[in-house]
Amino acid sequence: MLTMIGKRLMFAIPSLIGVIIVTFLLTRALPGDPAAYFAGPAASKEAIEQIRKKLGLDKPLIEQFFRYTNDLAHGDFGNSLTTGQPVATEIRNRLPASAELTLLGLVVSVMIAIPLGVLAATRPGSWIDHLCRVTTTAGVSLPVFFTGLVLVYVFYFRLGWSPAPLGRLDVFYSAPPHVTGFYLIDALIARDFETFRSALSQLILPAATLAVFSLAPIARMTRASMLAVLASDFVRTARASGLSRSTVIVTYAFRNAMLPVITTLSMVFSFLLGANVLVEKVFAWPGIGSYAVEALISSDFAPVQGFVLTMAVMYVLLNLVIDILYGVIDPRVRLEG
Amino acid sequence: MKRRDFLKSVSGLAAAGAVTPAPAIWSAAKADARSETLLIVSESGPNNLDIHGVGTNVPGYEVSWNCYDRLISHEMKSGPGGVPYYDRDKFKPELAEDMNVGDMSVTFKLKKNAKFHDGAPVTAKDVKWSLDRAVSVGGFPTFQMGAGSLTKTEQFVVVDDNTVRIDFAKKDRLTIPDLAVIVPCIVNSELVKKSATEKDPWGLEYTKQQTAGSGAYKVVKWTAGTEVIMERNDAWAGGPLPKVKRVIWRMVPQAGNRRALLERGDADISYDLPNKDFVELKDSGKLNIVSVPYSNGVQYIGMNVKIAPFDNPKVREAVACAIPYQKIMDAVLFGLAKPMFGAAADKATEVAWPQPTKYVTDIAKAKALLAEAGYPNGFETTLSFDLGFAGVNEPLCVLVQESLVQIGIKTTINKIPGANWRTELNKKVLPLYTNVFSGWLDYPEYFFIWCYDGKNSIFNTMSYQSKAMDEFIHGAVDAAAVGNAAKYDTDVKGFVDLAFKDIPRIPLYQPYVNVAMQKNVSGYQYWFHRRLDYRALVKA
Repeated sequence: MLTMIGKRLMFAIPSLIGVIIVTFLLTRALPGDPAAYFAGPAASKEAIEQIRKKLGLDKPLIEQFFRYTNDLAHGDFGNSLTTGQPVATEIRNRLPASAELTLLGLVVSVMIAIPLGVLAATRPGSWIDHLCRVTTTAGVSLPVFFTGLVLVYVFYFRLGWSPAPLGRLDVFYSAPPHVTGFYLIDALIARDFETFRSALSQLILPAATLAVFSLAPIARMTRASMLAVLASDFVRTARASGLSRSTVIVTYAFRNAMLPVITTLSMVFSFLLGANVLVEKVFAWPGIGSYAVEALISSDFAPVQGFVLTMAVMYVLLNLVIDILYGVIDPRVRLEG
Repeated sequence: MKRRDFLKSVSGLAAAGAVTPAPAIWSAAKADARSETLLIVSESGPNNLDIHGVGTNVPGYEVSWNCYDRLISHEMKSGPGGVPYYDRDKFKPELAEDMNVGDMSVTFKLKKNAKFHDGAPVTAKDVKWSLDRAVSVGGFPTFQMGAGSLTKTEQFVVVDDNTVRIDFAKKDRLTIPDLAVIVPCIVNSELVKKSATEKDPWGLEYTKQQTAGSGAYKVVKWTAGTEVIMERNDAWAGGPLPKVKRVIWRMVPQAGNRRALLERGDADISYDLPNKDFVELKDSGKLNIVSVPYSNGVQYIGMNVKIAPFDNPKVREAVACAIPYQKIMDAVLFGLAKPMFGAAADKATEVAWPQPTKYVTDIAKAKALLAEAGYPNGFETTLSFDLGFAGVNEPLCVLVQESLVQIGIKTTINKIPGANWRTELNKKVLPLYTNVFSGWLDYPEYFFIWCYDGKNSIFNTMSYQSKAMDEFIHGAVDAAAVGNAAKYDTDVKGFVDLAFKDIPRIPLYQPYVNVAMQKNVSGYQYWFHRRLDYRALVKA
């Protein structure tokens, strides 16, 4: 197991180097001159040149690149110009916000989608199958920002059930002491139930938005994969042997149907990180997606590079976890690996 | 939710739908905090708390304005629509208790009780260090100081612990007003020097993250891109103690949500909503809406006079006759702007800026002019705008495009991302574009030095160079410095007339600053920088 993890991590190194080079070049190829942008509205040519010098943008590209990689090696991602903060600190502060939201969205989605998919597969053509079809089609055809805005309009503006879409906490609460960066967990550790409640109520709408979006692929994949497994020989054998319906479905069919679902989950997770950008915008969520977009709009190189690099590392880790999960669910994969 | 019910009762808002009461998690302490706290929502926040910093953005100016003091500031007067408006010509002391203007210098006596946030007294040394800093750090602050002929550190002289003298480099009417803009703020020099390094002699890294001033507010928490929390400085000596104890400024990127927050009564103030939302909010009558024209600001259509066919004044005049002025006012701005066109034909030129041109939409005349210029069948060109302000620029350009087609000018719309806009403007290669310019100092000649002068600054986007124009502009500057009113008036009228005759840029309208606030919030003041002054705001 450990050798496999080590091997996988080794394979990841070339791709990370590639990511570093490509993001560096791509951000430089972006239209827009950061020096002109940050010199402010009343800047003269000289003022812009002064800024360019301060930012080190007057140096040749190759020198800039070596400086950048050298800084990276020392754990320094550079400074964001739009927010004025070190990128590493910002990502560290913002990643938990995005992760908490994405994970909660995914958990909600899985809790609805998998039972829905299994039920639809065991009763094809029934009302629950149709319900599954309608929900998933609706979910996947609604753009996230639209779902988000509708939810805000209905539950905050019209009904007043939900708190103001002002980020992770109500304005008058302060964040719980930092342990994991996940407010729900931190609030529980601090036994501060009022903050927990506030954080949770802020999370419900954005998490629901993400869940609606991700329902479709998970539910459809569960249904398709369950149908295939249910039609296979070993399930027929199990049924013929007189095993109870639940044992057949849960122990035999479901476990075997999980592999493609897990693959889909990892893909959905990466989708969600992308979709997050829009959800974060709508809900003023201080996450990593809105951070990257802001930076991109103002040709702020350092955060964009930092963001892409962090995402690349996360994907490598995510894929690793998925591979290990395969092994846990299906021993055959372990042998082949 | 009780907090919301409470808000409703104080703000007199009608219920906007059924509110189902949830178990209260609300305490009396929180209600107090709410009534003493002002919640501001806006699209973007500061990237630096110090206006002297590298690339400090406009929201950062708001922090500086409220957390630092200047030697002097402006008095208030009643502006358009009765809104309190800064008085360009009347100064009041802020850190200074007395200002004595001599022939070639001005002397300030500092208030003895003025203290920085850490309790250190404000001394003449701090003033000199801060002004030295402003003229030395480079970039925008140095440039703004230069606009008032404040360029050298030798100009700032410490007379004694409480007295500072500023020597004039030359007679310039803009020197004193330039001391009342945001840039010459007074910084706690001893505190900041502790964090200064060889690479950063002015301690910019330190003041980027925290405020080190003597102003009415101090930043207690800043999460970049998310929120700024400011608390009142109870020992403020610069003026009467502000009413609002705490200001929470949250960034809400989505305009629709900012509007919802206002309408639900959760946010107190927002000022960057689309014009359409402002008109609807105004009509609904649930909120206080203030609209004031930008001082010394004009949105215009510019033409590069170095690029054919716009080098031909007849072509420029033809374009000016083909702009759908009124349609832009109605369909793009929903009336929230002051027209800068269609003055009566017999109206005399005023000694003022901005003032309306006499152009109106006249397609027949435009066609005739274009034929006269030698383009009876028109031509093709591009029409560029800044995507950063697409909400106004895009529909505006589409209307202009539709109208120009009628006289045979076919335009392709070129959308330029905000980050790239200034670079493109600086290159001066865009043939036809829309843009907005506004100057902090509200003097006609100030606007013209930037936008029409032959030295071709970045804002002379048309690359317009004319000897006659330069003579008028410099004539007016010199006349103002020595107080020759008659010559000044002639020259101002001269350059305005020439700008309208040569028409390298077509003024469209003076944009409005739109601020929406709850009914219980009052005391809004219009300032040249167009940001909020928390010191005057009151929440009932």
